[in-house]
Amino acid sequence: MTRIALTVNGSRCDADVEPRQLLAYLLRDQLGLKGTNVGCDTTSCGACTVLLDGESVKSCTVFAVQADGCEVTTVEGISQGRELHPVQQAFHELHALQCGYCTPGFVMATISLLKENPNPSEEEIRLGLEGNLCRCTGYHNIVRAVQAAARAGA
Amino acid sequence: MIAAAFEYELAGSVDEAVAMLGGDEDAKLLAGGHSLIPAMRLRFSRPSLLVDIGRLDDLRYVHENGDRIAIGALTRHAELVRDPVLAQHCALLAEAAALIGDPQVRHRGTIGGSVAHGDPASDLGTILLTLDAELVARGADGERTIRAAEFFTGPFENALGHQEVLTEIRVPRAAGTYLKHVRRAHDWATVGVAAARVDGRVQVGLTSMGTTPLRARTVEEALASGASPADAAAHAADGTMPPTDVSASSEYRAHLARVLVRRALERL
Repeated sequence: MTRIALTVNGSRCDADVEPRQLLAYLLRDQLGLKGTNVGCDTTSCGACTVLLDGESVKSCTVFAVQADGCEVTTVEGISQGRELHPVQQAFHELHALQCGYCTPGFVMATISLLKENPNPSEEEIRLGLEGNLCRCTGYHNIVRAVQAAARAGA
Repeated sequence: MIAAAFEYELAGSVDEAVAMLGGDEDAKLLAGGHSLIPAMRLRFSRPSLLVDIGRLDDLRYVHENGDRIAIGALTRHAELVRDPVLAQHCALLAEAAALIGDPQVRHRGTIGGSVAHGDPASDLGTILLTLDAELVARGADGERTIRAAEFFTGPFENALGHQEVLTEIRVPRAAGTYLKHVRRAHDWATVGVAAARVDGRVQVGLTSMGTTPLRARTVEEALASGASPADAAAHAADGTMPPTDVSASSEYRAHLARVLVRRALERL
């Protein structure tokens, strides 16, 4: 076991992990943060996307030991109390989800995208979210939500 | 799937990593992990020890060094994409990095890790081969420079010794382009084509047309003898044995190579 210390959603977390423990499962199983979903488990679908030191990563493809000393933000860490994050609010208002399984990953990927490019074109949004898959209904409302979040200054 | 159990050590320097590798013949280096971790999860790779060099931030840089651009091996794909020196002097490398995986992958994956992994479908190896890049490795006996043409020795194989760490990649200033055909977003190249003007010569490289990145030498010779892009591109698949797999047949890859080489040459 390896002792690691990381900051998750602003709080310091100490954990003993096997080196092969993935960040996604540290978050879900040891820290109880079930908002980070695991979909494909093969670096494809993006459902497990979290921010690692402010940048989107697929937490199924990061060993927890690689996050030692880093800041991790999950979907649980972005709202202010009951007030949704502007990206969450935009997804809610524009019906950018159906079953919701992919949504935490899309929201975290969108936050990272808008940080790097605050005013993306439609094409930049589609390319910027190419690492996230929605199997319910498609991407049109997701793109509209990202545009709305960008306008709201998310 | 869960990776097989392994020991983990965090290297604080390249020399420390070299020493750690020396203690275990089944040890592997971990950089960004975006080739290795998926392979370990499928148990294609089962190292007994991972030596993590991912925190060696002094190997994350791009700068001009004489007539070459020096790139630290741990520079991430996302950093290549937005680097101002590459944008000015070697834009096709940044262009190719922007086509790797997706944003999440580019935030973690490194140029050195990608190149050392040696997947014949990876884009950056083709760029380095096309540009006649030099790869700098440090091992127990010091540092040496390996030419890209000698680096890629087979699928997932390269010229690095077990105890050697790839530290720097040097590319010339070059104008060029990289075209990549994929079946769906964030996929591997079905075929990729690099074309670059290096010291006045046109050089052409191919991705996914064999077991390593390849140079399209017949195309280069035809161009040097004055052939038009279209006539030269007809030779794009000469001497290659492209694989047949779920993405494409060998014949279709050969066709793609001819089309993409023509387009790349027309864009030069």
